Amino acid sequence: MATQNTRALARLMVAPSVGLLLIWMIVPLAMTLWFSFQNYNLLNPANVSFAGLFNYQYFYTDPAFFQSIWNTLVIVVGVLLITVIGGIAIALLLDQPMLGQGIVRIMIISPFFVMPPVAALVWKNMIMHPGYGVFADMSRALGLQPIDWFAQYPLFSIIIIVAWQWLPFATLILLTALQSLDGEQKEAAEMDGANFVNRFIYLTLPHLARSITVVILIQTIFLLGVYAEILVTTNGGPGYASTNLPFLIYRTALLGYDVGGASAGGIIAVILANIVAFFLMRAVGKNLDR
Amino acid sequence: MNLKTFLLGTCSAVVIAGFAQAETLTIATVNNGDMVRMQGLTDDFTKANPDIQLEWVTLEENVLRERVTTDIATKGGQYDVLTIGTYEVPIWAKQGWLLPLDNLGADYDVDDLLPAIRSGLTADGKLYAAPFYGESSFIMYRKDLMEKAGLTMPDAPTWEFIGEAARKMTDRTADISGICLRGKAGWGENMAFLTATSNAFGARWFDENWKPQFDQPEWKNTLDMYVKLMNDAGPQGASSNGFNENLALFQQGKCGMWIDATVAASFVTNPKDSTVADKVGFALAPDTGLGKRGNWLWAWSLGIPAGTQKAEAAQKFVSWATSKHYLDLVAEKEGWANVPPGTRSSLYANPEYQKAAPFAKMTLDSINAADPTKPTVKPVPYVGVQFVAIPEFQGIGTTVGQLFSAALAGQMSVDDALAQAQQVTTREMTRGGYIK
Amino acid sequence: MARAVSTRRTAAFTIAAWIVALIIFFPILYTIITSFKSETEAIQGFSLIPSGTVESYVEVQTQKDYFKPFMNSVILSVGSTLLALLISVPAAWSMAFSPTKKTKDVLMWMLSTKMMPAVAVLVPIYLIFRDFGLLDSRLGLTFMLTMINLPIVIWMLYTYFREIPGEILEAARMDGASLWGEIIYVLTPMAVPGIASTMLLNIILAWNEAFWTIRLTTTNAAPLTAFIASFSSPQGLFWAKLSAASTLAIAPILIMGWFSQKQLVRGLTFGAVK
Repeated sequence: MATQNTRALARLMVAPSVGLLLIWMIVPLAMTLWFSFQNYNLLNPANVSFAGLFNYQYFYTDPAFFQSIWNTLVIVVGVLLITVIGGIAIALLLDQPMLGQGIVRIMIISPFFVMPPVAALVWKNMIMHPGYGVFADMSRALGLQPIDWFAQYPLFSIIIIVAWQWLPFATLILLTALQSLDGEQKEAAEMDGANFVNRFIYLTLPHLARSITVVILIQTIFLLGVYAEILVTTNGGPGYASTNLPFLIYRTALLGYDVGGASAGGIIAVILANIVAFFLMRAVGKNLDR
Repeated sequence: MNLKTFLLGTCSAVVIAGFAQAETLTIATVNNGDMVRMQGLTDDFTKANPDIQLEWVTLEENVLRERVTTDIATKGGQYDVLTIGTYEVPIWAKQGWLLPLDNLGADYDVDDLLPAIRSGLTADGKLYAAPFYGESSFIMYRKDLMEKAGLTMPDAPTWEFIGEAARKMTDRTADISGICLRGKAGWGENMAFLTATSNAFGARWFDENWKPQFDQPEWKNTLDMYVKLMNDAGPQGASSNGFNENLALFQQGKCGMWIDATVAASFVTNPKDSTVADKVGFALAPDTGLGKRGNWLWAWSLGIPAGTQKAEAAQKFVSWATSKHYLDLVAEKEGWANVPPGTRSSLYANPEYQKAAPFAKMTLDSINAADPTKPTVKPVPYVGVQFVAIPEFQGIGTTVGQLFSAALAGQMSVDDALAQAQQVTTREMTRGGYIK
Repeated sequence: MARAVSTRRTAAFTIAAWIVALIIFFPILYTIITSFKSETEAIQGFSLIPSGTVESYVEVQTQKDYFKPFMNSVILSVGSTLLALLISVPAAWSMAFSPTKKTKDVLMWMLSTKMMPAVAVLVPIYLIFRDFGLLDSRLGLTFMLTMINLPIVIWMLYTYFREIPGEILEAARMDGASLWGEIIYVLTPMAVPGIASTMLLNIILAWNEAFWTIRLTTTNAAPLTAFIASFSSPQGLFWAKLSAASTLAIAPILIMGWFSQKQLVRGLTFGAVK
C-alpha cells in the first residue's frame, strides 16, 4: 500500500522534467525533421517545396562529409585521451602533500570558467599566433622557426584548445574520487611492498574506473558539438582539415542559409551521436552499475 | 540570492519601462572603428530628436551578419536599423525585405554619394541602403624599401611589376616579406582578394549560363601567380593571415607591399600605432593590361527592414548618420582624418580633408575604378566585384576559400584546388537551381 | 631521516605541481597581463610586465556598458539554475529512491537530448521564440538555458542522491518521523553538498553558454557573451582591448569559482565514490 503511494508520488515527481524534456526534444526534432524534407533556403523563402530525401543525399555527398565525421571523432578521442590521462596525472599530483595546495588547485581549475569563444580567441591571438604568440616567441628564443599552428596542425591545435578547457573538469572529478580512496587500503598495499606502479594499476585505477566513465560520457556529449573554437580559429580549413560535423552544419545553416540541408545534417548528426553513445555505453557503461 | 535576482529583475524592468515612452530604435552595427565612433556622437541626434531613443547591438562582422539575416528572413522584427554591406543589399532588396529610402530629407543630397557606391546599393532605381563608409582596395607600399630595391612604383602598376618588386624587396634575414596578402579562408577574407584579383586576370566565377569557371586558364593563372608569389615573397604562415594579421605585419615594418582595403590607409599612416607611418606610399591595385583592375568595392550601409513599426524614426536616423552634417560633426570633434571615408564626393573635394588624408585621392580613384555591375572582362550574369550577389555565395565562397587556403599552405596543388572548387561550385549551383 | 625524505618529497611535489598549474593557468594570466598593456605594447612581443595602464578598460567601458550585460549574465545563469533545480530535484530524488527498471534508460535518454547540434535547430527555435514573443527576453533565455542543462543537472543530482544510504531513511521511519520530517531533518542536510555543487556547475555552464545567448538576444537580455562578441575580431588590432573585455567577462565567474571550489569539488562525485 505504502509502496503504491510512493510509486505514484515518484512518478509525479519525475513527470515535470520528463514532460518538459520530451516537449523540448520532440518539438524542435519534429520541426527539424520536417524542414529536412523541404527545399528551404532562408534567403529565398518564397521558393519552398517538398524535397524528399534530396537534402540527405546532398549533405551526405558533400565532399567534406566523410572527413568531417572522421574529424569529429578525432576531436572527441583526442580530447578525451588528453583530459583523462592528463586528469589522472594531475589528480595524482594534487593528492600529494605540497605547499600552496589551494592556490595550485584554483589555478588548475580556472580554464573551466572561461567561455569557449574567449578561450579560442586567447589561444589564437596570444598563444599560437605565428607572429606574436607566446609559442612563436619561445621558438625564436630557441633559434627555431615559429610553427604556424593553425595552418600546419589545424586539428591538433583545436584539440589542444578544447582539451585545455576540459582538463579541469576531468581533474576535478578524478581528484574527488581519488581522495575518497581508503587510506587504510593504500597503507596496506604499501606495507605489502607494492610499488607505485602496482598500486596504481591494481588499486587506484579500478577505484577510478567509475569516474573515468563519467568523464568520458559527459565530455563526449559536449565534444561531439564543438564548433565555436573552430569558427574562431581555422574556419574549418585549410581545405577541410578541421571541418567537423557541427561546423559543416554551421556552414550549411549560417553561411549557405540552407535550412533544409542543415536540418538533414542535424538529423544525421543525431543518429551518429546515438551510435557513438550506444557503443560507448557498451564499452564503458557497465562501470556505471554496481 | 533568489530575492536579489527578483529585485534586480524588477529594477531593470522599471528602467526599461521608463524608456518605453520615447520611441526606441534598435540598431545593429558591426564593431568597426567608424561605427563605434558614431555611437559616441549620437547626442547630436538625440538632442535634435528628443522623442527617439537609440539602443545599439554591436557585434563582430560574421556574427552580426548571421544574426540580422536570420532575423530578417524569419521576420523576427528585432531591429529597426541594420548595418549591411553591398553583398546583402541587392539580394534583400529583391526579396522585398528592405524599405526604399525615399524620405531622407531635403538637404540629404543623394547625388553627392559616390556613383560606384550608390549603384551598389540601388536596385530597380531605388536606393535601399545609405552608405556609412565605403572602401575599395589598393596597394600600400614602403617607399624606403622600394627605393632600396631600385624601383619606382607607378600610380597604376601591373601584376608583373608587383611580382618583380615583391621578390626584390624580400629580405628574409631582416624578416621583411616583399608582399603581404590575405590567405585566411573565408568569402570575405581570401576570396574577397582573390576574386577581385582574378578579375584583373580576365577570370570570372560564372559564365552567362551560371557555369562555374574554375576549369578555365584565367583562374589557373590567377592562383598560380598568387601561390608562387606568396611562396617567394610572402610572410610565414600566410594561410592564416586576414586583414588584421597583415595590418599588424605592415605596421611592424615586416611587409614591403600590402594590397588590401583602403580604410587600412588611415591605420598604417597613424604614427600612434604604426612604426612606418611616414614611409607609406599608395598605388592603384595592379592589373594585367586586360582593362580591369583587381580592386574591390564595399560599403557598410544602413538599411531599414520592411517590417519595422518605426520606419519614420529609422529613416531620420539613417539620414543623420550618413549626412554631410555627420561628416562635419566627426571632423569637428575628432579631426578630418577620422571622418568615415568613401561615401560622398563633397568630402574628396574638401581641401581640409585632402590635407589630413594623404591617401584621399588614391582612395577615390580606386573606388571610381570599381564597377560592381560590370566587374569582369568577359560578361557575367551577376553583380559584385569581390563577391557574387547571390544567396548561395557565402557558403560557396567559404568552401572555395578553404581550398585555396590549402593550396597556399602547400597541402594541395593548385590544380587540385581548382578542380575541387569547380566540383563544389557546380554542385551548389545545381542545387540552387541555376544550372538546369 | 624519514622526515628529511618526506620534506624532500613535499618539495618535489610542490615544484612539480606549481609548474603544471602555472602552465595551465598561463593563457588566463597572460590575458590579464595583456589587458594592462597599451595596444602597441600588446603586439610588441613577449613580456610579463605590463606598463599597468588601464586605458583599455576605460575604452571598453566607454564603448559598451558592462553593467547591463553583467546583470543579465547573473540573472540568466542564476535564474536558469534555480529553475533547473526546482524541476530536477524531485525527479532525481524519486529516481534515486524508488528506481524502476526504466530509470537508467530514462537517464540516458535525457542525456541524449543534448546531442542535437545547436546550429541545426537554430531556425526552428528562432521561429518558436518569435511566435511566443520570447526573442530578446530574459524569460525565454532562462528557459532555454534551463532546458539545455537540465539533463546534466538531473544526472548529477541522481548520482549524488544515490549515495545517500537508504538505511538512514528506514531508521528515521522507525523513530516515527513523518515523510516531511524525513525530508527536512534527515535527507536535506545530506543532500545539500550535492545540490550546492550541482548549482555551481550549472551556473558555470549557463554563464559560458555562447550560442543561444547571442542568437536569441538583441539588447534587453544580452549577457556577457554578447558583450565579448562586440569586441572580438574588429577591423584593426585591439588585443589589449580584447583582453580587457575578456578579463571583464570571465572575472565574475572566475572569482565565484575560486571562492566556491571546495563546495564544487565536494559534490562533483557523479556517484564515483562509494
